Amino acid sequence: MSFPTSGTHNSSLPLRIDGLVKRFGQVTAVDGITLELPSGECLGLLGPNGAGKSTLIRSIVGRVRTDAGTISVFGAPADSMAARNTLGWIPQELALYPRLTCRENLQSFGRYHGLGSARLAQAVERCLGWATLTDRSTELVKNLSGGMKRRLNMAAGLIHQPKLVLMDEPTTGVDPQSRNHIFEMIEKLRDEGMSIIYTTHYMEEAERLCDLVAIIDHGKVIAQGTNAELVQNTFGSRSQVRARFAGADERTATWVAEHGGHPVGGAAEFTVEHPTEIAGLLEASAKAGLELIDVSLRRPNLESVFLHLTGRELRD
Amino acid sequence: MISAIVRTALVSLRRDRGALALSFILPVVFFSIFAVIFGGRRDTTSKVHVLVVDEDHSRASGRLVQGLKQEGSLVVKTRPEPVKDAEQPEYTAATAEIAVKEGVGPIAIIIPHGFGENPISFGPADTNRPTIQLLEDSSDMVAPQMVSGLLQKVAMTSMPDLMADQGSKYLDQFAGGLTREQRDRLNEGIRQLRERQESGAITAASGSGSGGIIAFNARAVVGENKNNPMISFYAAAIGVMFLLFTASGAAGALLDEAESGTLDRVLSSRVTMTSLLLGKLTYNSLLAFSQLVVMFLWGWAVFKLDLWSHIPGFIVMGVCTAVAVASFGMLLASICRTRAQLGALSTLVILIMSSIGGSMFPRFLMPEAMQKAGLLTINAWAIDGFTKIFWRDEPVSHLWPQVLVLVGTAVVFFAIARRVARRWEFA
Repeated sequence: MSFPTSGTHNSSLPLRIDGLVKRFGQVTAVDGITLELPSGECLGLLGPNGAGKSTLIRSIVGRVRTDAGTISVFGAPADSMAARNTLGWIPQELALYPRLTCRENLQSFGRYHGLGSARLAQAVERCLGWATLTDRSTELVKNLSGGMKRRLNMAAGLIHQPKLVLMDEPTTGVDPQSRNHIFEMIEKLRDEGMSIIYTTHYMEEAERLCDLVAIIDHGKVIAQGTNAELVQNTFGSRSQVRARFAGADERTATWVAEHGGHPVGGAAEFTVEHPTEIAGLLEASAKAGLELIDVSLRRPNLESVFLHLTGRELRD
Repeated sequence: MISAIVRTALVSLRRDRGALALSFILPVVFFSIFAVIFGGRRDTTSKVHVLVVDEDHSRASGRLVQGLKQEGSLVVKTRPEPVKDAEQPEYTAATAEIAVKEGVGPIAIIIPHGFGENPISFGPADTNRPTIQLLEDSSDMVAPQMVSGLLQKVAMTSMPDLMADQGSKYLDQFAGGLTREQRDRLNEGIRQLRERQESGAITAASGSGSGGIIAFNARAVVGENKNNPMISFYAAAIGVMFLLFTASGAAGALLDEAESGTLDRVLSSRVTMTSLLLGKLTYNSLLAFSQLVVMFLWGWAVFKLDLWSHIPGFIVMGVCTAVAVASFGMLLASICRTRAQLGALSTLVILIMSSIGGSMFPRFLMPEAMQKAGLLTINAWAIDGFTKIFWRDEPVSHLWPQVLVLVGTAVVFFAIARRVARRWEFA
């Protein structure tokens, strides 16, 4: 099973966004975002809830009327028929017909995309296979498990063989096993060269699936690049030390802040230029009368980058 | 604890405008509608439209027509409404019958030649005597009864001299003859009665009468061959009301889809909002038409409704009604924000429309003002159309006013729904 993605579209970038602004009343949901997605790449939009990821995705799909800026999909304006034909959208909600079967749902969305009977039949079989729902094709959607619904939701967005797929938090509310299944489905698409935009607030998803990551907060892209670039640009060769102290109180918090650290999930995190600095840090804590319970050293990751740039955790 | 539960429920109710409307507004509106229909407010009591044909043109027939005209509960028409300000010729027996069949009025009174010679009869009816003909539309169960009673009353009150004159003839005939002196005194009394009548001292509106002194033959000219006369009326009346409920419920799928995100996904495909709404309209129209088909088939199978000889008219009215109710449902769904809101609003609006539009109670029995108000509803036009087909056996071409109004309504409602649906197109 494969999703052919080349040969029919022009040489323009799959997605080009320039100075995009969207306001809802007094709230600026997207604040001057500029992005480009090279062909065949998977770009992760990483940010906490309310960062503006979904608004950005909905703008690309043409479901949001923007206040400023431009979006082009393979050179065509967003919301044009040409853009619609090349775009696949997998919304965060389970946008399916619950009283229709899996097959009937796919047939309906295929027809909405203008697929004729022969192409439609092929596309439905292909999508059912990709989502491993072939043996559940006659099951009503309302009777499916959460993970199956998620997979069908994804398959419905790919029924018309788009060249660019927008996935808006496709693993929301699924168990770890189903999430892994979904990752494998997406990896298959990526391996076949499909261009993908993937929004998530799970750092591990972005690290596993995305070639490029754009970190979004308060409607702005605050950093973008490959995982390695983002970490390197933010931390250089520095490492992170995470220490947990007994009886964390105001005195502990004050000491942590005085030594350049910040609280993370009940622990304290420090950035060090070299691992040998750990000894000095531990000595200072002992002198301050803090009882160390646990200490670990680790290389910074995307979550560290986000925390460093925004002062907040991804899932705040 | 109990007070806390009551308090919570009250706050919830206060914030649920739909439930508030159903709890307090709908009952009051319904009460008012039925109070007006049945309450008998004198200034709004329904008047019966009567077509009168005077073939006799005698003094007695003229007095009878005049008496009928003075009757407050009747609207007497002796000729059709002017066309382009040109007065139309008086009704004849034939044109009056056609007019009753077309629903211009529920009854026609034909006063035959020779009526004036013996206008009033006491005792057994004389079969050789010219007799008044009542041409009835039996779909109106009240008007013929009312008119036949009023006919007797008018005879009593508007022609007392003729009654006395006729009475003296009977007395002369059956009492063995009057003396010349007795006959002179009787004639003098009748003359004085006539003078008082002509001077206006006695009016048709005064006094009370009893029945049986004017002989008449009643004949149903509409629905006379129907197996079950009121079935077609109720099939249409009840059918349209439930069609409205079904259509608004089906249109509510739009709200479900908007809520679940399916609408967004559909609109991100090649489907535009206009084509989406047209698709929904088509589906809802087909659903409504199918409902009508089922209802009329049931009427045919169980209640002997004559469906098969009226198929063209049924299809025309069925399609127009279905499209109108479907667009009405689309309009309601587009202006509501949630399913719950739609449920409350549609119940409110549909029950009111059905009550004044004739789905619950025939419009011809309502006060005139309410009959006119009913014309603002889909129910009234649809029921009128079906009545024309199944009751009056009118040709399809006569349906043009109903078709025009229903299709026009559908177009306007759909245009408004499309306009309001712009809120779903873009955030």
